[in-house]
Amino acid sequence: MDPLVTFCLRMGDTTLILGQQTAAWCGHAPVLEEDIAFANMGLDLIGQTQLWYEIAAQAEGQGRTPDDLAFFRTERQFLNAQLVERPNVDFAHALMRQYLFDAWHLPIQEALCESGHQAIRELAQKSVKEVRYHIDRSRDLIVRLGDGSEESHAMMQGALDALWPYAADLMAIDAVEQALVGIGMLPPLDRVACAFEAETAVTLDRATLAIPGNGHARTGGRTGIHTETMGYILAEMQQIPRSFPDARW
Amino acid sequence: MRPDPDTVRGWLGKVPDPEIPAISVVDLGIVRGVGWEDETLVVDVTPTYAGCPATLVIALDIETALRDRGIDKVEVRRRMSPPWSTDWISPEGRRKLLDYGIAPPQLNAANCVGMLSAQSAACPLCGSKNTEAIAARGSTPCKAQFRCRDCREPFGYFKAI
Repeated sequence: MDPLVTFCLRMGDTTLILGQQTAAWCGHAPVLEEDIAFANMGLDLIGQTQLWYEIAAQAEGQGRTPDDLAFFRTERQFLNAQLVERPNVDFAHALMRQYLFDAWHLPIQEALCESGHQAIRELAQKSVKEVRYHIDRSRDLIVRLGDGSEESHAMMQGALDALWPYAADLMAIDAVEQALVGIGMLPPLDRVACAFEAETAVTLDRATLAIPGNGHARTGGRTGIHTETMGYILAEMQQIPRSFPDARW
Repeated sequence: MRPDPDTVRGWLGKVPDPEIPAISVVDLGIVRGVGWEDETLVVDVTPTYAGCPATLVIALDIETALRDRGIDKVEVRRRMSPPWSTDWISPEGRRKLLDYGIAPPQLNAANCVGMLSAQSAACPLCGSKNTEAIAARGSTPCKAQFRCRDCREPFGYFKAI
């Protein structure tokens, strides 16, 4: 596959799956404000997905639409980072997953504002402003709940222990990104990992949470290797369009 | 009939934003260009938020409004760059927001460090600047919920982005 298509799918699949997971909180969050916040961030992420898929579909040139890419690919064809497919479990897990994602999403969008590819640059300049609001919320809540009651602290630490190994998958770089950096389509991405490290070190410390020290890392999502939860997410997300492929509103 | 772009802009000035009908799509600053390409009237529109559910409705409303004026061939095109900012809301649009009870977005505050905590809003009801943010999101994603410490009324603040 054209490295540009692969990269756009890696980005778009990651925002789509998180958007889907986030939208599931609609009607279930512990307080109304957070219900609205999760649902609205899901909207932002799915809107960004649409833009990534448009670039991918155009580069691919096979006439596929963003909906085709979202609803008619199978698990191994999805290239999202494994972090975003981890289950909702409880509010602590959903929030920690969101925060770790945001801590990567902001610096990569900032970097992409300087992309040599016009549509990617425009997408990033649009998205980065939304992403700043996302991390503003998740960072604030991580600190409040981490440095909160004994129970909220224990829940946040448990979520961090469970999810931290998956953060590495967000920053996994292979020949695809290297090829795009080589032709100037992407700026060097090393600084994204540095920014992630700096952001999480400061915020998790303020939240009195300890980063797991065993160095264990789970990767593979960006080459189509997924965890056991992925199939369930796709089954729910794709069920209607696969049952009624030509249905229209 | 090929009305000139200024006339068309005047018509679009009467197409309300579907989520905040007090202001028009022109007040909102999302109409980027109006022009003729052969027999087709092309309207360039920029999205507010990437995932704003109103985007499709806005395109449809613009098409419908122009068809009602007797223009058969209308094409609404999306233009991404430069990205829309709340600074593009016209002075007229800001005044209409205020009259409607929504505090208009702070100018030059988009994309700033500190985001909402760096922004302040005057109460649209009593004008007091003694206000506080109570939730980062309100009835629509683009608004935060504020409260006036003087008249005690809650109100929506259109966040700078």
